Amino acid sequence: MTAATPPDPTEPAERAGPRPDRAQYGLAAFLALVGVWTVVDSAGLDPGFADQVVGPAAFGYVIGSGLVVLAVLLAVATARGDRAEGEAGEDVDLDRATDWRTLGGLAGVLLATVVLIDWLGWAIVGALLFAGAATVLGNRHWVRNLAIGTVLSVTSWYGFYVGLGIPIPAGVLDGIL
Amino acid sequence: MDALLTGLSMALTPENLLYAVVGVLLGTAVGVLPGIGPAMTVALLLPVTYNVSPSAALIMFAGIYYGGMYGGSTTSILLNTPGESSSVITALEGNKMAKRGRAAQALATAAIGSFVAGTIGTILLVAVAPTVAEWVVVLGAPSYFALMLLALVAVTSVLGSSKLRGFSSLALGLAIGLVGTSTGQARLTFDNPLLADGIDIVVVAVAIFAVGEALWVAAHLRRRPLEIIPVGRPWMDRKDWRRSWAPWLRGTAYGFPFGALPAGGAELPTFLSYITERRLAGEHRAEFGKGAIEGVAGPEAANNASAAGTLVPLLAIGLPTTATAAVILAAMQSYGLQPGPQLFEAEPELVWTLLASLFVANTLLLVINLPLAPLWARLLRIPRPYLYAGILFFAVLGAYSVNFQRFDVLLLCLFGALGFAMRRFGLPVLPLIVGVILGPRLEEQLTQALQLSQGDVSALWSEPVAVIVYVVIAVLLLGPLVLRLIPGKQGPERLEDEVEELEEEVRS
Repeated sequence: MTAATPPDPTEPAERAGPRPDRAQYGLAAFLALVGVWTVVDSAGLDPGFADQVVGPAAFGYVIGSGLVVLAVLLAVATARGDRAEGEAGEDVDLDRATDWRTLGGLAGVLLATVVLIDWLGWAIVGALLFAGAATVLGNRHWVRNLAIGTVLSVTSWYGFYVGLGIPIPAGVLDGIL
Repeated sequence: MDALLTGLSMALTPENLLYAVVGVLLGTAVGVLPGIGPAMTVALLLPVTYNVSPSAALIMFAGIYYGGMYGGSTTSILLNTPGESSSVITALEGNKMAKRGRAAQALATAAIGSFVAGTIGTILLVAVAPTVAEWVVVLGAPSYFALMLLALVAVTSVLGSSKLRGFSSLALGLAIGLVGTSTGQARLTFDNPLLADGIDIVVVAVAIFAVGEALWVAAHLRRRPLEIIPVGRPWMDRKDWRRSWAPWLRGTAYGFPFGALPAGGAELPTFLSYITERRLAGEHRAEFGKGAIEGVAGPEAANNASAAGTLVPLLAIGLPTTATAAVILAAMQSYGLQPGPQLFEAEPELVWTLLASLFVANTLLLVINLPLAPLWARLLRIPRPYLYAGILFFAVLGAYSVNFQRFDVLLLCLFGALGFAMRRFGLPVLPLIVGVILGPRLEEQLTQALQLSQGDVSALWSEPVAVIVYVVIAVLLLGPLVLRLIPGKQGPERLEDEVEELEEEVRS
């Protein structure tokens, strides 16, 4: 079950279209990485207490090595022309190429949320998150987006705080809200 | 019976009825919205339930669960792109009916069929679940270990998916489940104290279902608006009733057992119901592929009956077999409730209130949703930037309200990226979620089984139930391989091909 048999370069071309799904090697590498790291982490554990019949490392070894085996199998399958089928959905148009600009924008908005949330608090960050995401997704009326976002975030903050008794920290607005 | 009546009187108190109505409305609304399935709905609403009582939360989930199912069928009838795999078949005939101007009848047969199937399914659930719980309660750790393995294998090797991808997803889930210090030592925590208690399942579920989906849709957003068929109030004439009642019952008969078996999933029963109805249609056979009401009534009933069936293993054994069931299980665990046979003894009132509220939710669905159908249809027009920005907004809110830590939001983003990659590479989401939930419990049961036998591995097959379950697992894993040796296409593969052919036939 290793990549001992290099695939015939002409074969996948005939069976599965022009080229193998190269990105899938990335997925295989990711699985292998998680697997190896799980095994290494398990190996670093102490043997456990005397009464522990199943050592703390046992599951880690099984799962980690399983991941590595799956990664190899996936790499082999990919080399043989296996292609991934993206998930369909109501709003998904698989004929379009991946829109990296929108994705990058959303990633930026989410990371900004992570960085700012403890400092600015949910009421502000939530509004920015909604407005930013809606704008990136193609709605250019950013003033209106910001207004909707503010309404959503302030209502949800009060809803959680007063209605559900879940005290979300207010951040810099502490004392104002 | 007395227990059920007590449960019913609990479920019908004004407060609990209000939770049921809220659940049904929320469930239907988000079920109708494209891109949001029942599992994501329950995951996004988990934080709302942190401070309400467990029974109120479960009543709301009952409403959301059935409401989400119903909402999904509305979407697939009025739009010709089905969202969930279980409503693919409904979309085949339902959308054709809608295009021929019979949207009202399609929605009516789906709604009433869901009600009939849901009610019968819930009656069967009430009859079966306590009995199953009684059988299961005497089982020891070895049998539980085997049953959990079975659940993991079953959700991983469902019809129509690549096993390699299924098991990759499962292994990732199990690895996520390892994180924490449950065995006394820190595993996979990067020495980060915030990871010592493990990764909160709410964060993982919300990230994979909601953030992953939003990112995936954003990357492939359909820019031209979908064609939505306008609809008035659903109704059926006498002829439609005559053509619908038998398919409802047959669909229920297919759906419930498939849902109740740990190898659940609604795809197979809906498909079986569809081909049965086509075969039995007689004079209406020619209508199939052009919008036959039987082709909506049967599969919709099968879909809902299987949703009720799914609750049998969830409540009686504690095994989730669908994504929604997995999230409900996570919710119950967050209340310190462990679904399974003990729950019937420890919390009878809670269980029976939940079962009774399923009847209530089902009835509310019919009463509320028939008049509201035109309103739900309008929801389909919500601008997509707002819809997906809203999903991200509530996902972050949900993750942040777990502990008010920026770290959870960071985890949300990382697992969201994983959710995106899984959709890109066709990795099924369900095995990962079930792996995260069942992984630690699997380890617990193994430890317990081996502790009793003082490390003797043969204890694992010392109980007859365990042996039977291992045989079933072997059949599930090896069956397809054996079938492949027989010339010609067999069983699941043939079914899969038939489904594809059907879809192409009807689409063209």
